[in-house]
Formats: sequence, structure tokens, C-alpha cells
Amino acid sequence: MDLSAINPVLLIASLMVAATPLLLAAIGELVVEKAGVLNLGVEGMMIVGAIAGFATAVESGSPFFGFIAAAIAGAALSILFAILTQFAQANQVASGLSLTLFGLGLSALMGQSYVGIKPPQMGDIHIPVLSDLPVVGPILFGHDIILYFGIALTAAVWWMLKYSRLGLVLRAVGENHDAAHALGYKVLKIRLLAIMFGGACAGLGGAYISLIRVPQWTEGMTAGIGWIALALVVFASWKPWRALLGAYLFGGVTVVQLNLQAAGVAIPVEYLAMSPYLITIIVLVILSADKSSAPASLGRNFHASR
Amino acid sequence: MIRLEKRPQPSRAWSMATPLVAVIATMIVGGLLFAALGKPPVEAIRTIFWEPLFGEFSFYYRPQLLVKGAPLVLIAIGLSLGFRAGIWNIGAEGQYIMGAIFGAGAGLAFYPSESFLIFPFMVLAGAFGGWIWAMIPAVLKTRFGTNEILVSLMLVYVAEQFLASVSLGLLKNPEGFGFPGSRNLQSWDAAHNAELIAGTGMHWGVVAALIAVIFAYVLLNRHMTGYHIRLTGEAPRAAKFAGVNPTRLVLFCLGTSGALAGLAGLFEVSGPSGQISIDFNVGYGFTAIIVAFLGRLHPVGILLAGGLMALTYIGGDIAQSNLQLPAAAIQVFQGMLLFFLLAFDLLTNFRIAIGKPEVA
Repeated sequence: MDLSAINPVLLIASLMVAATPLLLAAIGELVVEKAGVLNLGVEGMMIVGAIAGFATAVESGSPFFGFIAAAIAGAALSILFAILTQFAQANQVASGLSLTLFGLGLSALMGQSYVGIKPPQMGDIHIPVLSDLPVVGPILFGHDIILYFGIALTAAVWWMLKYSRLGLVLRAVGENHDAAHALGYKVLKIRLLAIMFGGACAGLGGAYISLIRVPQWTEGMTAGIGWIALALVVFASWKPWRALLGAYLFGGVTVVQLNLQAAGVAIPVEYLAMSPYLITIIVLVILSADKSSAPASLGRNFHASR
Repeated sequence: MIRLEKRPQPSRAWSMATPLVAVIATMIVGGLLFAALGKPPVEAIRTIFWEPLFGEFSFYYRPQLLVKGAPLVLIAIGLSLGFRAGIWNIGAEGQYIMGAIFGAGAGLAFYPSESFLIFPFMVLAGAFGGWIWAMIPAVLKTRFGTNEILVSLMLVYVAEQFLASVSLGLLKNPEGFGFPGSRNLQSWDAAHNAELIAGTGMHWGVVAALIAVIFAYVLLNRHMTGYHIRLTGEAPRAAKFAGVNPTRLVLFCLGTSGALAGLAGLFEVSGPSGQISIDFNVGYGFTAIIVAFLGRLHPVGILLAGGLMALTYIGGDIAQSNLQLPAAAIQVFQGMLLFFLLAFDLLTNFRIAIGKPEVA
């Protein structure tokens, strides 16, 4: 065992990379849940985003187009969920599950001819002087653009929910859809938009895994990250900045266990690989005592009786 | 103007008809998908649904129907109890794995004894393995209010890692020339879940699945616990006033579904699959969710839905070898089925009305 081989600067830099897919998916789902909708299909939308982004990037040679395609694919899949729950009034839990099962199959089908290919590289940004600083440079100024986009998105969502009119309407719909409807807000339209936003974010998160973090395509490669993102929203008490904190925490756990595996710690690899999931459970237990911040209409369908 | 009017009561007729409508819709859209993949659509659908039952080699495929259907029905029956009460165990895959590990481990501890007690002991251990794995989300939910959906699902990934660990370590075949995986239980008579009647596919898992169907039917229709389950699902507030104990209900529903999933795992590992290996699980725990919904959470419906889903597995395999239809296409097909079912359920709860609403 050689722990000195672990470089703390690289550790933090790779922690941020590991956290970004989680953060993107969690921020999207946070907005969806703020609107009162529980979409359990995050895992399915992520994996479809992962392959759609990967395939588009490979075919077009541009990772940027890949990310756009991933967001579109995620949003398209989420529309299916919206049709089921908002129009057909189907149970949200069952619909979300079906989205995940369908997405896993669809991605496997789409990805058959892309196994073992290397995608085009998304370069890291390079700011003269700043990026070359020791320690601070690689951590703060040496990442790809999507990572910064994730942080900016967190800030934007925080601002939107807290200060904008749109955020207020969104929260009203999530807290009490009947009251929001009585005030003349289009509950279904707002929820549809929120669901599509969540789908696009999940798609981006998935593409981040297949294009930057791994970067490769393998079946089922999201390996539960979508579900951890769902747990993260609970962890964050539906607050964007806490989602960022949580994503970095989980990213940290993932990266540390991978580093420990590489360093050859005496703990068997399988037990290290379990750790992110076990820690998710423990965190859920600690935080589930307080449910006061959950949107009041979460998971309930809305049907205007007249 | 077309609008939706909520029915005073869900339509019984539509409730029975939607699974059929969903299957037909899936066949049509699935056919289009196969056509898009460059396969003859009608031929593909025929291969999946007709070939295993009445085709040239149906003598081989028909027994497979029982082999593949039994674990699906066994797991789905357990899940349906919880789903009816709004208790969502979606980690059956993990409970299935743990049942297999516990059951196989309990048996292998006595290798190479030929006692007739070994198989019954393995069955108990398998049920216990699934039960204990499901008790984790159950206890966390009742003690701390933790979301059982997320916990049970996280435990699937934990169970998969544990499976990898035991097939490389604890349960590895000492005479396996270093290959991962346990001893083959098929070649050890005392632990082999053999066919009860040769050539029929009928093994103890099929018997257990049929017993589970009857058990669930009696429970739901003739027993207080079953009544509480239905009451909690259909009218949670009324259930509260009627004095239903939610803690007991959660423990019962998750525990039963875990034990049944564990049994399914045990019967699979000691029979058709034969050994614990890294990729022992094939997703029955997730497909069973589709089976439970397709069967309308009703025991008899689940029996039929399990058969249908087993058919798509077997037909999918045939289509894979005959038409080079990718395996993932069948997965999409199964996912689509649940989509259409949920969508057409609209007609069970709502009536489509044309014209302006009457002014009350």
C-alpha cells in the first residue's frame, strides 16, 4: 500500500470532474421537484444522454454538438414522462421507473456500434498565468467548459428560484397546485417545462460521463449515478448550493475510493466500490428526519376538474 | 373540444382491457422499431410471440417458458403487495442476488454431504437472504422515515459488488482451476433443483411461484392484512382511521417481497443457472416490476403477465439467433410495454368527453 502516490491536487481536480455529472442531474431534478413532480427516470435520461452525446460527438467530431444532442435527447425522453404523468395522469413513481427501464434498453440499442471507440476530446480551458499557478491552477482554472457550466447553472437556478418571478410561480405550483391553478397559472405547462429542463440536465450529465469523465461508451455506464442524484436532491433539502456541496462530497467519495483501489489498500476492491452507495444510504438516513423543506405537492398529479 | 372527465370509479372493463391494448400497441410500435433496424417487422413479431409456443422447436422452448416465467412471477407477486399499498420496493434485483448467495452458501457449507435436508435448508436460507436484504430499507423507513425507493435501489449495486466478491473469494470453487464462480450445484444431487418431471421445465421454483399466486390471492381477498394493504393504497386516510399500523405493513410488504425474490434467486442458482458467478443476475428483479404492473398488481394477472414476459425473453433469444435482432431491442420492447400500459390506463380512470362541460 502506498498512499503517498495519491496527489491531493490531482485528487481535488478529479473530484470536481467526478462530481459534475451528479451536479448537473441533481440540479435538473431539483427544479423538477420544486415544481411538484417526482421524476424517477433520471438514470434512464442520463444513460440516453450519454449515448446520444457520445454518438453525435463521434459522428460530428465535435464534443460540443455531442452535449447539445445529449440535452435534446434527455429532454425528448422526459417529454414521454410528462405525457404519462401530466396528460395521462399516470402514477409518477411507476412512470419514472418505466422511463429508466426503457432508457437503459434504448441506450444499449443505440450504443451497439459505439463500444470501444474513443470520442473526440473536449479540451480543458487554458488561461495564461492563472492555469499555470501551482495547486490553484489545476483545481480552479484547468477544467473543461462543461464543469464551469454546471457551477454556473447552479448559481442561475439558485437565483431563479429565489429572486425571479418565474421561480416564484414554479414554487407556487410545487407547493400547492390547486392554489396556483386558481391564481391562473398554467400548472401543466409549467410542470412540462420543468420536466424538460430536468431531462436536458440529466442528458448533459450523462454525456459528461461518456465524453469527459470516462471517456468511452459501455452499456449501463451510468451505474446508478442518476439514482444518487435523486438522493442528492433530498440531501440538499431542495437547495441548489447544498446540491453543489453534496455533489462534491459524493464526487470525493468516488474519487477517494478509486484512488485507494489504485493504491492497493488492503480492503478488497468490491467493498471499496460499494462505498458510494452505502454512503448515500447513510446520508439519506441522517437527513430523512427533516422533510419540512420538501415541496408540498411533490409526487401528486394535478387534474383541473373544470 | 375534447376533454377528460374523471370517472367516479375506475372502469373495470378498461382495467382488464388496457394490458391487451398495451401489448397490441407495443407490437405495432415494436414492429416499426424492428423495421427501422432493418429487420422484417412481421417476421420478428411472429418469431417472438409465435415461435416459442407453436414453432418447429417449441418442444424445447415451451419448458423454457416455465423456467423464465417462474422467477418473474415469484418476484412480481411480492412486489405487487407493496405496490398496492404505495410501498415501493424496486431493489428486488438485489434481494434476488442475496437470496442466491445465502442459499448457495448455506448448501455449499455442507459439501459434499448427500443429506436430503440440504435442499430444504438452502430454500430457507435463500428466503432469509432476500428477506434480510429487504429488511434494511424496511427498518430504515419505519425507524427514520428514509425513502425506501432509493435505499432498496442502492442496495442492488451493493449486492452486485458483494456477488462479485463472493464469486472471486468466499464461494469460489476450490477445484475451479482459478476461474471465478462457485461449484456447480447441478452436479451435486443434494443441492440440485432438478426438474420434477423431466423435459417439462417444472422445477421447485415453478411450484413456489404457483403457491405464491394462490397465497397472494387468498391474502388479498380473504385476509385482514390483505384488506389493510388494499385500504392503504386506495384510501390512505381511511386506513389511518381504521387503525392500520403502517409500520407493520411496511415490514410485511417489504419482507414478503424480499423473501420471495430471495427464493427466486435460490431456485435459479440451484437449478437453471447452476452456480454463483459474477454475472449471475440477468435483471429479473427489474423486469418483474413490469410484470407486476402489466398484471394489474393482481395475482392471476401477474401469472399471465409473467408468462407473456417470459415469452418475450425466449422469443427475443430466437429472434437474436434467427434474425440477428439485437438483445437490447427486446429490452426496449419490454420497457415500451410498461409505457403503453401506463398511458392507456388513462382510460381506466378517465372518460374522454367531447363538447363543452356542463355548467354546474
